[in-house]
Amino acid sequence: MAEATATQEAVQVKPKSEPLFGKKERALITDPLLDNNPITIQVLGICSALAVTTLVVPSVVMSIAVVAVIAFSSLFTSLLRNSIPKQIRLIVQLVIIAFLVTVVELVLKWLAFPVYKQLSVFIGLIITNCIVMGRLEAFAMANKPWRSLMDGIGNGLGYGAILILVAVIREFFGKGTLFAGSSLAMNFIGPGEEYMLNTTATAGIGSYFSWYANNNLMVLPAAAMFIIGIMIWIQRSYNPKLVDIS
Amino acid sequence: MSDNNRILLFTVAMTFTVALVLGLLFFGLKDKHAENEAVFNKRAILAAVGNYLPTPVDDLSKQQVLDIFNESITSTVIKEDGTEVAGVEADKVQLAKEKKKPESDRNYPLYIYNDGKEDFYILSVYGNGLWDAIWGNIALKGDGATIAGASFDHKGETPGLGAEIKDNKKWSAQFADKRIYDFNGNYTSVIVRKGGAKDPVYEVDGISGATVTANGVSEMLRTGIAKYSTYLEKIQLETPKIKAPADGKMGMLLN
Repeated sequence: MAEATATQEAVQVKPKSEPLFGKKERALITDPLLDNNPITIQVLGICSALAVTTLVVPSVVMSIAVVAVIAFSSLFTSLLRNSIPKQIRLIVQLVIIAFLVTVVELVLKWLAFPVYKQLSVFIGLIITNCIVMGRLEAFAMANKPWRSLMDGIGNGLGYGAILILVAVIREFFGKGTLFAGSSLAMNFIGPGEEYMLNTTATAGIGSYFSWYANNNLMVLPAAAMFIIGIMIWIQRSYNPKLVDIS
Repeated sequence: MSDNNRILLFTVAMTFTVALVLGLLFFGLKDKHAENEAVFNKRAILAAVGNYLPTPVDDLSKQQVLDIFNESITSTVIKEDGTEVAGVEADKVQLAKEKKKPESDRNYPLYIYNDGKEDFYILSVYGNGLWDAIWGNIALKGDGATIAGASFDHKGETPGLGAEIKDNKKWSAQFADKRIYDFNGNYTSVIVRKGGAKDPVYEVDGISGATVTANGVSEMLRTGIAKYSTYLEKIQLETPKIKAPADGKMGMLLN
């Protein structure tokens, strides 16, 4: 046993220098964005994609939080991968994730209190996001720290990209706004901030869209299911190779 | 056996490290968190009188929020029978906890904001939405019967649906100039009406897709403001009454 670990270490120490951003590292970041997207191809993390995507701003904050949690939990898991006892590896991964989520929560509460208030429930639910644990189990447990970090960032971004895309569609068609609740808020149905129903636009950019009645289905979680389904359909008909993967 | 010991050792070390780091972080940031929380709550109270503040409430810095609170706001705590309670600070009163006490022992915080011309009475209300608790601050004008503004918050309503009670400022702005007493001095409260307000004085528009939250707001206002009614009726006696129109159509008066 001791001999085996000694040779393993010897193999790892072999001074073959790897570039920081070689072809493989770049692929680790770009693959999850499209051809190996955690949501549309691996179909993971659907629950939170349905819950937070009614508005763009919470989706953006959620994406940033998830990227941070996946990236650092991948890094920590990978650093510890040789000392984690195999029997309790899932528990250890869960502790690492829960630890980081708590750190994110405490930091948000300190630096961005209103956002923390808005998202608190969903931040806690990152712990149950299957993408995070999936990447730890499938990649970080078997790869070196730097690559695991890249893989974590890539998957976090792939998740975030879909989240924001779904949120843009849902907010635009469901509420007639974009980025509501931030300083970038844009409104397409009514003048000023009147993005409620029961209002008819008479002036401003809203007047061009005044014929449009908000689609209430878009505000409900079911709409996210349809949108993600359509995305999966489009992506697979463009690239038939993907159909066989899952 | 040695494998078991290794697992045990790893588990203990991991638990200890994680607990230590989180504990340090938590206690290190505790003061900042408490400060943020206090400013957040005070900002929510000020948001209720937002129309009468010198600057919009969202543009106020932390320090400005505290300054306005020190200079223009007096707070008190009252009981349901309208008597003031001595020795209790208003910002220490948590309505969620008061709900567990027997009804006659409950305290209700009351903030009085003076914009230089008029007193505004800011009441706190607490109730249930769809998923969890909702609460709000309702500011009344000096007559004790007309709403000057309102701000709401919630624990876990759905973003884009029930959460609109807080996020959509246009929705809470509807409460300005509604009345909670009719012109004969009877308590009416304000109703959130699904499908759009039918009465311009006692009703506001609902939120599509958030009927349960909206009904929760109606119920919270009806029961919550009633707790202050004895106190408010005292104020109303001191101010001249607006006469009701002769044809009896109260609702059309302010339109």
